[in-house]
Amino acid sequence: MLSRTASDLYWMSRYLERAENLARMLDVSYSLSLMPQDGRGDGLDEMAMPLLITGTLDDYLERHGQLHAERLLHFFALDPENPASIYSCLGAARASAHAVRGRITADMWENINATWLEIRGIAEQGLGRYGMSRFCEWIKERSHLFRGATYGTIMRNDAFRFIRLGTFIERADNTLRLLDARYEMLGDEAEAVSDSSARGYYQWSALLRALSSFEAYTEIYRDAPAARHVAELLLLRADVPRSLRACTEEIDLILASLPGGNGRPAQRLAAEVDARLRYTSIDEILAEGLHPWLTHYIPLVRELGNAIHSAYLEAV
Amino acid sequence: MIRTFYDEMYAADGQVRPHYREFARWLAETPPELLAQRRREADLLFHRAGITFTLYGDEQGTERLIPFDTIPRSIPASEWRVVERGCIQRVKALNLFLADLYHDQRIIRAGIIPAEQVLANDQYQLAMQGLDLHRNIYSHISGVDLVRDSDGSYYVLEDNLRTPSGVSYMLEDRKMMMRLFPELFAAQRIAPIDHYPNLLLDTLKSSSPLDNPSVVVLTPGRFNSAFFEHAFLAREMGVELVEGADLFVRDERVFMRTTDGPKAVDVIYRRLDDAFLDPLAFNPDSMLGVPGLLAAYRCGNVVLANAIGTGVADDKSIYPYVTDMIRFYLDEEPILKNVPTWQCRKPEELSHVLAHLPELVVKETQGSGGYGMLVGPAATRAEIEAFAARIKARPAAYIAQPTLSLSTCPTFVENGIAPRHIDLRPFVLSGRETRVVPGGLTRVALREGSLVVNSSQGGGTKDTWVVED
Repeated sequence: MLSRTASDLYWMSRYLERAENLARMLDVSYSLSLMPQDGRGDGLDEMAMPLLITGTLDDYLERHGQLHAERLLHFFALDPENPASIYSCLGAARASAHAVRGRITADMWENINATWLEIRGIAEQGLGRYGMSRFCEWIKERSHLFRGATYGTIMRNDAFRFIRLGTFIERADNTLRLLDARYEMLGDEAEAVSDSSARGYYQWSALLRALSSFEAYTEIYRDAPAARHVAELLLLRADVPRSLRACTEEIDLILASLPGGNGRPAQRLAAEVDARLRYTSIDEILAEGLHPWLTHYIPLVRELGNAIHSAYLEAV
Repeated sequence: MIRTFYDEMYAADGQVRPHYREFARWLAETPPELLAQRRREADLLFHRAGITFTLYGDEQGTERLIPFDTIPRSIPASEWRVVERGCIQRVKALNLFLADLYHDQRIIRAGIIPAEQVLANDQYQLAMQGLDLHRNIYSHISGVDLVRDSDGSYYVLEDNLRTPSGVSYMLEDRKMMMRLFPELFAAQRIAPIDHYPNLLLDTLKSSSPLDNPSVVVLTPGRFNSAFFEHAFLAREMGVELVEGADLFVRDERVFMRTTDGPKAVDVIYRRLDDAFLDPLAFNPDSMLGVPGLLAAYRCGNVVLANAIGTGVADDKSIYPYVTDMIRFYLDEEPILKNVPTWQCRKPEELSHVLAHLPELVVKETQGSGGYGMLVGPAATRAEIEAFAARIKARPAAYIAQPTLSLSTCPTFVENGIAPRHIDLRPFVLSGRETRVVPGGLTRVALREGSLVVNSSQGGGTKDTWVVED
């Protein structure tokens, strides 16, 4: 497959996954901001979190001056000037799909194109009538639909592999960042807070719901959500589809099945990362401290992305 | 002056022509609401499928739909067979002309075409001189633009031998009609066209001396107005769609960059103009081409379809000589007529043109897409005077033709159905044999009275039927 084609397929699914994760993140922040807050009633701390996670705080403040719930939602959902908005991500995903429309099936193309046409319509009317929760649901649904169209129609060839690589790299990164931010938010309370504390409960269960892992959590632990188990579930459980381990396992398998000799560095790195996670226990992570551990892994995932780039997407 | 037009559907006495009878009956029986609903459905489907083109000069680069009209243009099979033979004859002669021009130049020595007409032409490529091409074919894919005058006879308006486009609309229009109105296709025998991509791939493969050559489609990229078509054809043929940056030349061989390392390329169906193909040989500013491509081409290591330098044969200043070419190379009488043409470079013809501008259509010899032309009867005095000044400044750059009264076909417009002017572009494939899929692309000028059918000027398309009679 052409390197450029592989690159477009990879970025198409990365941007789509990013849009979906943004919707998940906004959904959780939005619903938590509606909860009674300690000492303050505006919920703006919550609403500022997406800015911190995506690194767009400065950008936002420069343009809007101060935190304002409605402007924030617009900034993340529909602002075409914000390269990290859902709108911009979908635009980028659609542009990549357009460039390789010959290599994806008609079902996939029509799906992603229809999503793009529809969000442009929503952007014209503004979020007001749509409602934030419904909008986030809609984004997730469109992402599910596209994935369904992909799995249901595309040939199991390299195109399929690069599409999935993009998804899992992006998802691994997002899961790490979401967990890290939530953990930061709780601050020192994270571990001190007793498992039955209401604040901890809502924080963690909101995160689990955002990652569609709440059901998995209750089934595995049969307990109220708390830091230790949530971290284990989202980092180490290979059977939870949005966990870090599930992503690295897929990345490892996909890279191993790609042809060509120039992929070796990327293959080795993926296998190393996956093996390390496989034989890590949550106790070791907590002993190191969750935040330092995550701070080590976020750049590692980026490095993995770079290795994939230089092996396949910029190859000569 | 009152003009009469040939209407494809209705004879002069108002009777429906035989090959349209089945359709007319269906149209009369189908409730207008249903038709309107289907038309909306078609718009939606085209939009969702992203079957669009980009308009140049539109700063936002907006993707637009080409309006699709649901009333087909129908041609009786007996009539089509003549058109088909005429197109094949013409393209054969043009290919022979190109081979001759880049080798012995017999036609110049025979005094049929003046040497300066071709040798001083911008489109004449010195790099092609003496180069032997497999099967001696230069224009593998040709589009012949046809119109019908008031008496119904076909005229060739121009030949397109560089990178003729529009075939994807021909195929998508048919798919859409079969989806919206399957009953029409059950009621009569309409010649199928869906195998065009197969024929195209076969033509491209046969352009190389290799047994199973590796074929790619070369596009300027997704901002090109015809990108949809490039992607469409690559997909239908199952070959790679490449941009210039995906290819490189090493040791006079062309390779593409793949995830599995370099892969050899043998045939390039290029949808890129000559000037952009190779920055080392042509336009040095081209970011779209492949450095070293011409050297590989001249070594015979890669086939370009169409060949470099075909533009000299579809140039409007060469057009008047095509009928003579057919006689000279094939020793046959031309089946399709040429539109009478005045060449402004000849002083006596120039004065005729300047005296009759309000009746004539004046075109730039190297223009395309309906840009830079004057339609005399539709122009204001001021426009005519401004154009006259441009002609006088560079007479050799213009030709003039009588305003043809392009045939009309009933078309859905704002308030019902009305006749609109149409043309026809059959696509001719030259390989082991020369073939045409039945019909072609029918373009329709949607504005009342307009004779300009180009999509860049607000034209639409219709499905084109060849109906067994």
